[in-house]
Amino acid sequence: MTKKHIKTLNDKNLPAKGADTGCGECQTSCQSACKTSCTVGNQICEK
Amino acid sequence: MVHKFKRNGVIMATDINSGAVHVIDDLVYELLGETSVDNDKKKNLYLENTYGVDTVKAAMAEINELTENGMLYSAPDTESESITRNQSIIKAMCLHVAHDCNLSCEYCFAAEGTFHGERGMMSEETGKKALDLLVKRSGSRRQLEVDFFGGEPLLNFPLIKKLVHYGRSLEKTADKRFRFTLTTNGLALTEEIMDYINEEMDNVVLSLDGRRSVNDRMRKTLTGEGSYDAIQPRISQMVQKRGSKPYFVRGTFTARHLDFAADVIHMSDLGYDQISVEPVVGPPEMEYALQENHIPIIEKEYEKLAEAYLQRKGTENEFRFFHFILDLKQGPCMKKRASGCGAGTEYLAVTPEGDLYPCHQFVGQKDFCLGTVDSGPVNNSKLESFANATIYDKPACMDCWAKYYCSGGCHANAYFANHQLNQPYEIGCQMEKIRIETAMTILALESEESE
Repeated sequence: MTKKHIKTLNDKNLPAKGADTGCGECQTSCQSACKTSCTVGNQICEK
Repeated sequence: MVHKFKRNGVIMATDINSGAVHVIDDLVYELLGETSVDNDKKKNLYLENTYGVDTVKAAMAEINELTENGMLYSAPDTESESITRNQSIIKAMCLHVAHDCNLSCEYCFAAEGTFHGERGMMSEETGKKALDLLVKRSGSRRQLEVDFFGGEPLLNFPLIKKLVHYGRSLEKTADKRFRFTLTTNGLALTEEIMDYINEEMDNVVLSLDGRRSVNDRMRKTLTGEGSYDAIQPRISQMVQKRGSKPYFVRGTFTARHLDFAADVIHMSDLGYDQISVEPVVGPPEMEYALQENHIPIIEKEYEKLAEAYLQRKGTENEFRFFHFILDLKQGPCMKKRASGCGAGTEYLAVTPEGDLYPCHQFVGQKDFCLGTVDSGPVNNSKLESFANATIYDKPACMDCWAKYYCSGGCHANAYFANHQLNQPYEIGCQMEKIRIETAMTILALESEESE
């Protein structure tokens, strides 16, 4: 169906759930720039 | 749970459990409730009269289709909670190689480098023991992170060189990869140090608050003068030498100057293209501390900043702003989103004396000392409290739409504001939500432009 009222920018981005996740190889969020404001939405998965 | 918002002329909705993000029109905005479609009869009648029955039906059909496909009102993830807490692995350290500073910034949480303790330099022995501990406790993690921090870490530059050299030797024997980073105020940067940083540091964070007047009000020399003129040329040289390698020029805004968008723009005008400006952390009673009534002003500043960010995109002054970087397609896994920064679990700070703390913000709070580089982390009650400070442990987070983007907020902010880890710092939460919404809005506007 062509949508007129909703434009999906991103379908799903949280598929990485359960036991196959949490490898921990990604950067520690606080180390990357801020050193104060915790945020993880901008961190990159390295798996 | 669905969160809807309007920002910079864009209307959006995000489905919290799936991570789906949508640009919506006014009608859909009216129809979407937080946990289900709004079924209020009076309201529906009003919408049908305003938009027409067929239009409302069409919009409802779109909502229903997305709901069936798991992109609106999707079910919460129940798998990740059990794997989120893991106390035994350490993968990152903040090494306080110098508890001393060559500046005297008024807002310094480190109390001008001393962290409310003695001035002091880390010894080679302590630094090496810290790296040994990191390797020993890193389990199967290959990527290890070490940030050289202070005070001002360049006051102990010879040690930094020795520890990087030692770390490189451990990489070979232990099959690890060290990512070294450095956080500096820039005053001690020389050509030789800059070349070394470019060679060895994966990232460098350079502190400058923005415009001269703003910077100099807080960031002062030891004789009480403004530091801008001494520091800015060095930072510019470092940025130029850095080329395409990662760096951030990082500033702090306070209640004294809430118009931080102008500071980011100033730094962009200076040619810096990787910028982060952060809200001050400090006791709420300080006159520069951010208060609830500052939020509407801060909100407008992020909107202004978003406009400047978009205007400069594709020009020679294009810049990245740390909090506007949001990769909707390939973000971190659920475990990372639920456990956050890792302070007190996989991330530790080490003082010059070799004491371990959950992170740099807790250094000097004796109750939070976790052990030493000799003993490793042994303060089990404190370790447990950090392991049990995930979003699943924070009632305010479980009800919050932003939990998978902010991961529960800064533990230090929570503790200093509320004297407990599991009650987030409300002003910080409000700012984080504004930043996430703004980042999503930017993505929507960029996507519009590319069509």
